[in-house]
Amino acid sequence: MKSNFKIFLKGIIDVSPLMIPVVPFGLIFGVLAIDVGFTPIETMAMSLIIFGGASQIVLLQLFSGGASSLVIISSVGAVNSRHLLYGAVVSEHLSDLKLIWKIIISYFLIDQAFAISNEYLKKNKDHNRYFHLVGGGATCWVIWQSTTFLGIILGAAIPEKLGLSFAVPLTFLALLVNDFRKFINVIVIIISGLVATFGYNYIPFKAYVIVAALAGLFTAMILTKKNKKV
Amino acid sequence: MSNWALILYCGLITYLTRFSMIALIKREMFNDRIREILSFVPSAIFPAIIFPAIFINDMGLIEIDDNPKILAAIIAMIIGIFSRSIIATIFSGLASYWFLIFVV
Repeated sequence: MKSNFKIFLKGIIDVSPLMIPVVPFGLIFGVLAIDVGFTPIETMAMSLIIFGGASQIVLLQLFSGGASSLVIISSVGAVNSRHLLYGAVVSEHLSDLKLIWKIIISYFLIDQAFAISNEYLKKNKDHNRYFHLVGGGATCWVIWQSTTFLGIILGAAIPEKLGLSFAVPLTFLALLVNDFRKFINVIVIIISGLVATFGYNYIPFKAYVIVAALAGLFTAMILTKKNKKV
Repeated sequence: MSNWALILYCGLITYLTRFSMIALIKREMFNDRIREILSFVPSAIFPAIIFPAIFINDMGLIEIDDNPKILAAIIAMIIGIFSRSIIATIFSGLASYWFLIFVV
């Protein structure tokens, strides 16, 4: 059996390639948070408390658009609902763990750590295999906190003319690259995007993110159903 | 709500979705159909951030003409589809945007 530390180290090594895109993402977050009016301490606290790139960017986007707190919080919840999908996959590997480990691992469970550790957990049956997930998660944590910090510092030096806020849609676009190849996903993307754009001014309380997401999921539901009947 | 309360609540809801997946959700709770629908969550939610950020200007109006973000986003998308690289997508989009606003 491998030692806890060795598995932890393996987690760090495996997740490293996925950290390259996290660097600009963290920098952009730090820069934008200051730009929309959060203090440096609040910005750092967001990365420490929320520790989720998509959640934090959605928060900034809606906050700067003047959305109410309730809408911001429920939109963040909607963005996170993708995590529920992972639950069906990963929980069986962690079901023997003590509650305290589940509480700790939950904090570190982000997209990248899930992606690499899910593979590892499937192939290895050592009872301490979850250290892989802790290693990957801790690596992301260090990168995310340090790039947020750098972003906060750089923020003052980056001219507004550069239009760095455009990096936000680009980052989310980048997260969808694999979905552009699938027909149903493309339809869902277009429906959600159109609803959000045209509903931006008409859907009350800036709830356009939630309404567009529901419209997209509803489209997916109809299209996948039809597909099966044929 | 103060900024601090907002940050705490957003942190709490993010943490709870993660915790529920480890501690509460069991494989049996989701049938294949629900799992199939949930796999569309990124495609359903991210465009709601992407599209308004590209098409809606600072005045809150839809802007199609004279909007370099549209072309830059299309270039980024094409690069993304072919490279499947997150970082290439982001940088090609930013580079084309800067090219369009500073050079063209």
